[in-house]
Amino acid sequence: MVTAAAPTEARIWRLLEEVSDPEVPVLSILDLGIVRGVKVTGEQIAVTITPTYSGCPAMNVIATEIRLRLLAEGYPNVVIHNQLSPAWTTDWMSQAGRSKLEAYGIAPPVDGTATGHMLNLFGKDTAVRCPVCKSTHTHLVSQFGSTACKAHYQCDDCLEPFDYFKCHN
Amino acid sequence: MSATLPETPATSVPAAAPNQLFPFVLQLADTSLILAHRLSEWCGHGPVLEQDLAMANIALDMLGEARSYYQYAAELEGQGRTEDDLAYLRSAVEYRNPLLVEQPNGDFAHTILRQFLFDNFHYHLLRKLKDGPNAQLAAIAEKSVKEAAYHLKWSSEWVIRLGDGTDESRKRLDKAIATLWRFGSELTTPTATETALQEIGVLPDYAALLTEMQAHTEHVFAEATVPLPAPVFAQLGGKTGRHTEHLGYLLSELQYMQRTYPGLTW
Repeated sequence: MVTAAAPTEARIWRLLEEVSDPEVPVLSILDLGIVRGVKVTGEQIAVTITPTYSGCPAMNVIATEIRLRLLAEGYPNVVIHNQLSPAWTTDWMSQAGRSKLEAYGIAPPVDGTATGHMLNLFGKDTAVRCPVCKSTHTHLVSQFGSTACKAHYQCDDCLEPFDYFKCHN
Repeated sequence: MSATLPETPATSVPAAAPNQLFPFVLQLADTSLILAHRLSEWCGHGPVLEQDLAMANIALDMLGEARSYYQYAAELEGQGRTEDDLAYLRSAVEYRNPLLVEQPNGDFAHTILRQFLFDNFHYHLLRKLKDGPNAQLAAIAEKSVKEAAYHLKWSSEWVIRLGDGTDESRKRLDKAIATLWRFGSELTTPTATETALQEIGVLPDYAALLTEMQAHTEHVFAEATVPLPAPVFAQLGGKTGRHTEHLGYLLSELQYMQRTYPGLTW
């Protein structure tokens, strides 16, 4: 058993910075904005997280990884709360997170372009910058991509198909 | 099935609601689970890869939504049953989903029309629930309505593509309308449980919901160049446990592992 320093909230936040999203490993869960709170009460650490999408299969993995990371520091007494409201929005994704996403080959969310009103059928696609050649001549292939949080785009200049992290607010 | 309710600290439901709330939340859960299962049957069989992925994505959203409802239902019931018990260990007559969502996939047009009829209801219902007085339903709806907006956009655009597409796509859409239209009304025909919840304001008035749904349907069908179908006999029953034969087959697959190896985990 590791002898741990008394947990402080600041210390727990720093440790959470080291837990990454299993589906987008360049992002920490703090970059994503899914950690909504940390509360230390004596020995007990309560971490509140919120899902990006309702069915996101990464949430169970993330909860496990938080436990493992804190256990490794000698903190076995961890409670994870799942909070649905207020609902997660891409506004909570950090600037650092957005830059890391693009460098990784996933176009970051373009703010203010959530699907908007659903009556806007066949509306103009969001102009998304190609993460490879940076051209904005791109088109939407499908609103539904490789995971629930991404849409599928293709660049009209370099022809690269790429994932776009959907704006969600 | 007992529906006694223990303390539910997270909600601000009027006192009369508890006995009605459990079966209603279960109805929402069953509806999302069964449609998620139907959509997931397309996985690997979609007409093109992108649409195969779209259906799998929508199925996943709905499965996540179903889990939130089942967890809440289990808490409301307070008998020690878990979300898994509710999904895997209830028989067809105990399921409360409307008949529409258990209908087989048929061809792509059939699946699209089923999805359109459901999404149009689902999206508009969630918009109301997210501002409703029940805190837990509002939280689930706030999350799910963002996803449901994508679903409705997707199914609406496909109704238009198929209706205003080729002779073949139009023929298939027309056939889907002839088969499925009778199941649409059940969504907005309140059961005794829903009526009781409407009376105390937990649920919105379905007549107002229907007005919004009809406006969207008219818009989409006009774009699709498809005449609005005449009203037909409304086939009801699923929400009160009287199902079509299809649900039993679906559940026998969905519940197979837990029925065969009770308590199995991995």
